[in-house]
Amino acid sequence: MNAIINFANNLIRSISTNKDVFQFHGGVHPHDHKAESTLLPIAKLAIPEQLILPLRQHVGYIPKIKVQVGDHVLKGQMLAEPEGAMSAAIHAPTSGTISAISEQIIPHPSGLPDLCITLSPDGKDTWGQLAPMDWRTADKKALVACLRMSGIVGLGGATFPTHIKLTTNGKSNVHTLVINAAECEPYITCDDMLMRERADEIVKGIAIVQHLLGANHCIIGVEDNKPEAANAMADACKAFAIPAANDSVKPEMSVKVVPTLYPSGDARHLIHLLLGIEVPHDKRTTDVGLQVFNVATVLAIYRYFEFGEPAISRIVSMTGNVEKPQNFEVLFGTPLKTLIDAAGGAKPDTTHFVMGGPMMGFDLPNTDVPITKAANCIIAAAPHLFPAPPPAMPCIRCTRCAEACPVNLQPQELYWFSKSDNFEKARDYNLFDCIECGCCSYVCPSDIPLVQYYRYAKSEIIAADKAKDAADLARERNEFRLARIEREKLERAQKHAERAQATKTETKKDAVQPASEPLTNPEVATTVNDAAASDKQAAIAAAIARAKAQKLAATGDATEATSEKTVATTLEAKSASTENKQAEVKSDKQALIAAAIERAKAQKLAAAQAGIAPKNVENVSASVQAEINKTDEIREKAQQLAVEKTEDTPTK
Amino acid sequence: MNRSPYITDAPTVSVIMFKVLLALVPAIMAYVWIFGGGILVTLTLATITALLAEAALLKIRQRPIQPYLMDMSAVVTAWLLALALPPLAPWWLVVVGTFFAIVIAKQLYGGLGYNPFNPAMVGYAVLLISFPLIMTKWPAPLSLAKAPLGFMDQLHFIFTSVLPENIKVDAITSATPLDYLKTQLMLKHDVASITQAPIFGTFGAKGGEVITGAYLLGGLYLLQQRIISWHLPTAFLAALTLISLGFYTFNPAHFANPLFHLMSGASMLAAFFIITDPISGPTTPRGKLYFAAGVAITTYLIRVYGGYPDGVAFAVLLMNMCVPLIDACTQPRVFGHKES
Repeated sequence: MNAIINFANNLIRSISTNKDVFQFHGGVHPHDHKAESTLLPIAKLAIPEQLILPLRQHVGYIPKIKVQVGDHVLKGQMLAEPEGAMSAAIHAPTSGTISAISEQIIPHPSGLPDLCITLSPDGKDTWGQLAPMDWRTADKKALVACLRMSGIVGLGGATFPTHIKLTTNGKSNVHTLVINAAECEPYITCDDMLMRERADEIVKGIAIVQHLLGANHCIIGVEDNKPEAANAMADACKAFAIPAANDSVKPEMSVKVVPTLYPSGDARHLIHLLLGIEVPHDKRTTDVGLQVFNVATVLAIYRYFEFGEPAISRIVSMTGNVEKPQNFEVLFGTPLKTLIDAAGGAKPDTTHFVMGGPMMGFDLPNTDVPITKAANCIIAAAPHLFPAPPPAMPCIRCTRCAEACPVNLQPQELYWFSKSDNFEKARDYNLFDCIECGCCSYVCPSDIPLVQYYRYAKSEIIAADKAKDAADLARERNEFRLARIEREKLERAQKHAERAQATKTETKKDAVQPASEPLTNPEVATTVNDAAASDKQAAIAAAIARAKAQKLAATGDATEATSEKTVATTLEAKSASTENKQAEVKSDKQALIAAAIERAKAQKLAAAQAGIAPKNVENVSASVQAEINKTDEIREKAQQLAVEKTEDTPTK
Repeated sequence: MNRSPYITDAPTVSVIMFKVLLALVPAIMAYVWIFGGGILVTLTLATITALLAEAALLKIRQRPIQPYLMDMSAVVTAWLLALALPPLAPWWLVVVGTFFAIVIAKQLYGGLGYNPFNPAMVGYAVLLISFPLIMTKWPAPLSLAKAPLGFMDQLHFIFTSVLPENIKVDAITSATPLDYLKTQLMLKHDVASITQAPIFGTFGAKGGEVITGAYLLGGLYLLQQRIISWHLPTAFLAALTLISLGFYTFNPAHFANPLFHLMSGASMLAAFFIITDPISGPTTPRGKLYFAAGVAITTYLIRVYGGYPDGVAFAVLLMNMCVPLIDACTQPRVFGHKES
């Protein structure tokens, strides 16, 4: 049955598509709107009056602020230092004075304020000390360590700290570097223009990354709606004679054009398109020997090693409902309104601004928000570009979404489960494989905001998992506490029993005494150890043991008396036997003695174990401690006496 | 706020439903040609009943009336039911059937998107069980009828069940080929001689095969417009061909050939318009194949061994019951997951 479907699908596809690439399921063809912003070359945006630098511009921990309000900083100076591996630095995009460190609205879907450093430029744009590096000769580990201080993150929009992707710990299994230049979202052209204008620098950056990863191969994936960029990259690859690095790797790189089909720019989908490899859902790309970098990121890496320039700017497409859509090189922290003005201003019917593409972007709260490392594109939205969706109709299970889903999920089922809060089912139907590309909503005839339902379900599941973990931890702690209380009780009971026993031993000074005592102690001691394992069973076992101990404490005298009597009877019988049986009696006696010694040893061990436990009890009062010591003393004495007695016996 | 994607490229539900109606137009025209204008009366009656019932139920259920009426789904149900009924069915039969389809089978289950059974087929099955006599009494094609009725006579007959003087009911009705075949086979006649009767055409029923051809035409339009996926009609027609071919090869004297089964009864209507109802059908590609094949096989078995001349309605309803199971068992492999 599958074969039939595959055959039919392949038949349909083979008619219309490029056979050189490996198609993935689904995908959509939105109007790309890329022509508007590629008419003009990349322009450098002037330094604005103020730069607002959010500390959180990447995935991971927020960096530690290294400056104070009033400090004068130079261009490229580090303002915040990465904390931990999963963090990225923030640098001064120009020279100036730190005028504030405060909470400001940042460009984030939440629209909430976050900590930002405000820099008032002095207009001189003076560079600080730059430290370029010879990447060919320097130690790779040192290079990656330096990169951690560069502030470079994935500029495709994911903002994952770049140095982590290059950390190989000496052994890299990455054989192929994939350069993501697909730029599949409509409107966005920053990578397109970058490739057209700076292909040779990108290629040099690729060489560095290949060197760092030890990747011999590199494939640059470009969608076929960017022929200029693809040609520029191909030319640059040809022109760039890659020098063999000191590890004698002779890297090669090539450009591969893929058909325009959203979301070909998703890393895993691009890998499948270019190489036919399906990265397993629970594995990283590096597990199959691949690493993916965005073009802009490799360019930033090149500029960092070649010139020592940290991440202080990026290319941003300012497009949509503006007078002159264009790409700009924008300093991080530049307020959005500066960028809008540079593009000739927004047209009157502009309603709001969107960061990112129309498929996965989000509304910006206002035009004061700064441009950050994630800002690849700003779209001025207007009703004729992004019409308000009509009210959602019920799902008619037409499965257009399933046909469009690049992950081959069943969006209509996920929607059903998410809507009814049936989160377990949603998880079973692989909700977490959803890449939130928006293809399903794009094709939905009922205009259901499907992606929002999935985001909701995901966040609910994650929250529930967290709550469950917290509850598990709390329960574990509580069980441990209960077990500890139980153990302490047990120890007290044992102590009492021992004391009672010891007193008896001392008064009677009888050789047979040890016979009764060791029976209980090892058992109790092991129970104590088990109780520390703090599960229910242990608690039950402890309760049983406690009951036993109590019973023993109550019936201790009786038991003793009985055993004493038995032994006494045996001895009497033996003494009453004839003289010629003396040897036999002697051997019997010896066996008895040996057993007694064994018992005494076991008792000693148990006593040592049990003896340690009460001493470990924290915060015992002086009097209690004295009591414990006294008991120990008595017990020791009793044992000594017992042993002496048994040792004496053979000589008698 | 994150409300992406900001752009859409999809026909709305109304547009989809409108295109389905459009695809039915050739068949309606063929109907008028073969059986006369009475079908237009039936369609109008069904449409009005469906819209009124839908509006009333939406009001009772406190749902917005206008957007749901505009989705045209009620009209699609009404038309499909009307086209499945005998062309000169009395008005109350149309009203009862449509009312049942819209009120019971659709709205009481939650309205658009929530009905587990195909509403038109529920309405049809209810009528077939309740009024078997009227439901199996088809008028003869105008070309075969001893006394063809004009439009006004048909209109009059639908509303009053009274024929013009000097015309008897027998003069305007005839057995359908599927019905005739069944009864004649029981009388131990062989297929070849049975199909010599005037009601048989080149492939199926005389006249009826033209309507069937019109359904095929409309269905191809829906495929071209990507309103329906290829899986359902292809699997349905393939399964019906295969099973009838198997029986036909086994005993051609007792079993009609595949072409007859494809071109008779509601085969084409089912293949392109009935089993393609997305709401009550399966969603996975493999599931669609199984579902359609299941409907085809059940239809064939009811035709050949069952108590009713055609089995599409029961076959569809039976397979509707299996949809959750089919869907659960045919989940496609997710990208990055191994074949399970």
